[in-house]
Amino acid sequence: MLTNNRERKSIRSEYGKTLVALGRENKDIVVLDADLACSTQTAMFAKEFPERFFNMGIAEQDMMSTAAGLAAEGKIPFASTFAMFATGRAWDQIRNSIGYPHFNVKIVATHGGITVGEDGASHQALEDVSIMRSIPGMMVIVPADCAETAEVIKFAAKYKGPMYIRIARTNVPDVFDRETYCFNPDKALIVEEGLDVSLVTNGETLAEAIDCVAILKEKGISAELIHLPVVKPIDVETIVKSAAKTNKVVTIENHSIIGGVGSAVCEALSENYPAKVLRIGTNDEFGQSGEQRELMNYYGLTGEKLAQKVLKFLGKI
Amino acid sequence: MTKLSEKEIQDVKDFAKIVRRDIISMIYNAKSGHPGGNLSAVEIISTLYLKCMRHFPDWNRNPNFATRDRFILSKGHASACLYSVLSRCGYFDSKELMTFRKLGSRLQGHPSAKHIEGVEVSTGSLGQGLSIACGIALGLKLDKLDSNVFVYLGDGELQEGSVWEGVMNAAHHKLDNLIAFVDKNNLQIDGCTNDIKCLEPLNEKFRAFGWDCAVIDGHNILEIFDAVEQAKLNSKPTVIIANTVKGKGVSYMENNVGWHGKAPNAEEFEIAIKDLT
Repeated sequence: MLTNNRERKSIRSEYGKTLVALGRENKDIVVLDADLACSTQTAMFAKEFPERFFNMGIAEQDMMSTAAGLAAEGKIPFASTFAMFATGRAWDQIRNSIGYPHFNVKIVATHGGITVGEDGASHQALEDVSIMRSIPGMMVIVPADCAETAEVIKFAAKYKGPMYIRIARTNVPDVFDRETYCFNPDKALIVEEGLDVSLVTNGETLAEAIDCVAILKEKGISAELIHLPVVKPIDVETIVKSAAKTNKVVTIENHSIIGGVGSAVCEALSENYPAKVLRIGTNDEFGQSGEQRELMNYYGLTGEKLAQKVLKFLGKI
Repeated sequence: MTKLSEKEIQDVKDFAKIVRRDIISMIYNAKSGHPGGNLSAVEIISTLYLKCMRHFPDWNRNPNFATRDRFILSKGHASACLYSVLSRCGYFDSKELMTFRKLGSRLQGHPSAKHIEGVEVSTGSLGQGLSIACGIALGLKLDKLDSNVFVYLGDGELQEGSVWEGVMNAAHHKLDNLIAFVDKNNLQIDGCTNDIKCLEPLNEKFRAFGWDCAVIDGHNILEIFDAVEQAKLNSKPTVIIANTVKGKGVSYMENNVGWHGKAPNAEEFEIAIKDLT
């Protein structure tokens, strides 16, 4: 299922291409954007299906409620903008116009996390997974690479109900082999089996976590790596089973440690199998400007930095 | 354009009387609700459902269901009025009205699409209904359906900036299948709308945003009907600014800001019912 060819590719382009393919198959798919179509890559859909694309201008609240209205008419709206504006500016619209009636709207937000880069904290959504997860009935998915993004978007078009999909701005390395990868919305994916510690991650930090596992292996640590693209509803069973084996859990995410994967895993464990958990992500702080790799390094999210934190957590350094 | 006969006007007036009594009874029974803004909406919502809209009280069992006109109550706190009109039109048994705002009721405090026939979408958080209505209007155009979308806004609600995002969007897409009402009763929870955040000149604002605009007496059935007939012919989105009286029909509630969001006590209830008989 994994690939060794770690070529960096644009998840956003993958999203745009997948939308176009889906648009050809299903005329009910409509796409909305808020003046960021060239960034989110919904422009590809706009070019091919102009009559089914709505550029709402810089008006995210209007976009979300309009998407709700289109869903009320049986359309399958994909609404896209940056994660910050999708979830921050329009949270009330998402909760009340989309979530409450359980409308079939897919919010696909790009630029999630610290790797927005030079634009800085105003544009770096570090809370989006947290606030989307808290809306009743909202499914929350954070895919890791292009192959997975394509599968998740195809799944989203078939699934009935509100969904938040968060993708990164970054060109991310391929993790999964396109030919053999199969997205399972019900199960977390055990990428690597191990005995000493369980690592749980998703999104662009999966590639970093894979590097981290390799470094730990060199130090004689056997880490189990769990990929959790579906943060909600969470696969409790896989996480509890792994924690029962290792008794030590580390969560890794390009998001605040408050409310995201770290919190979701803690909630699952504290009710079922209390184990010690180290949450790695951004702390109770805003991000800042910088180049993407510099930021990943600064916030301790590279494979190397992750390995140091895990070793410390295990008392090995 | 069709004209309403004297008899038809009287029918709507008689219906509106029942709706007013329902509203007061529901709110009294629930011990909470919004009498003022419900009573200002009665003639408009009654006229729409009795005379203007193509709709099917047997809800989605009708084979022509897709061709229905859509009604969106953006000022969701006027839910009692909508529920009464729906039930008196035959959407559900009027006995259910007395479950309004009670635990387990399908008649939630603010309209919920999940719960009850005739409610298209969920509203209550102000400033969202117009954008939802635009989405529906766009969807209807994609499906080449000739249905109209009616959206009912409060005047205080227009202070929500998101409303004006929707106003721009409707004009941009030339949504001639969209007809908005503004229930201009000039009051909001904290006082007079023009003291709190002035909306005037409201008709000029809508016209400047690219809409057709009519100003009517929101309690005059003939004016309501004629304005809708005209709006259906317009090639742009239309707003009908309806001058209304908050608390209309109940002597002590009329134009009294204190009756935005509280229920009458037993004595007040008796007076209200007497006023409405």
